[in-house]
Amino acid sequence: MADLIGADLATRTLPLSGFHGGSGAASLSAAAPATRLSLRAKPDAVAALSLALGLSLPTRPKTSASSHGRHALWLGPDEWLVIDENGADMMGAVASSGTLHSATDISHRNTAVIVKGRGAEVAINGGCPQDLSLGIFPVGACSRTVLGKAEVVLFRTAEDTFRVECWRSFAPYVSGLLNEAAEDAGN
Amino acid sequence: MLLIYCPYCEEERSELEFRQAGDAHIARPTNITELTDEEFEAFFFLRDNVKGLTYERWRHLNGCGRFFNAARDTVSDKFVTTYKAGLPKPDISTLRPATEATVETYEATESNAK
Repeated sequence: MADLIGADLATRTLPLSGFHGGSGAASLSAAAPATRLSLRAKPDAVAALSLALGLSLPTRPKTSASSHGRHALWLGPDEWLVIDENGADMMGAVASSGTLHSATDISHRNTAVIVKGRGAEVAINGGCPQDLSLGIFPVGACSRTVLGKAEVVLFRTAEDTFRVECWRSFAPYVSGLLNEAAEDAGN
Repeated sequence: MLLIYCPYCEEERSELEFRQAGDAHIARPTNITELTDEEFEAFFFLRDNVKGLTYERWRHLNGCGRFFNAARDTVSDKFVTTYKAGLPKPDISTLRPATEATVETYEATESNAK
């Protein structure tokens, strides 16, 4: 018991920790922990926020901007999901922008599944009605949409790789549904 | 699956991403404290429930999250047009082709349903 003194008692259990799944056509894995920001701002604040974040916030539908492991995803005309895979403090960065905006740290609200392989599109289309062909949904495209009964944000990071962001409480459902669809994707 | 054009995402998306949000173009009275109960009821509760062309608010809930307006035919479920919130009602005579085929309803083909 003496060992407990000074021990790290509050260990955080990540959703989908150690998760692996899928098939030969589409492999599934849990994304590494990242910091995330739900950012909302009027058009006149976009320039200053872009400067503070070190990337140009996209203003066209379904587009994203990436820079050194940080991704800004267009969700709506005044709404972005910003993901930093290096765990940087983005709340501090946007707070120093000096413009009117709304930023919420959602690092632990969301988690992500990486879907990779030649059957990645088919696996996601198992629960998502969007056209994910390369011409319509190119590399760098992103969109909030549905996967079965859960809301997800899709982000195409490579021709055969998608990042599927979902709320942590939906993670067992989303990963389970993707797993089923990935097994069908090989056929 | 019904495809709905979102004027903010600028493309057609599946109906699964959308929610209907009641009638469009209902102006909130400016003198709401002076309304009688009947007038308030008419503004707040009573809707036309038209058969045919109707103007509705829709929300791209699982997409960009924006509300927008749509002109929709309640018989055929066809979306005649969608437009951004805040824009005036579009002129439907310029949008509806005159040669549009009439929808075959049960009343038209089988009975007058009286």
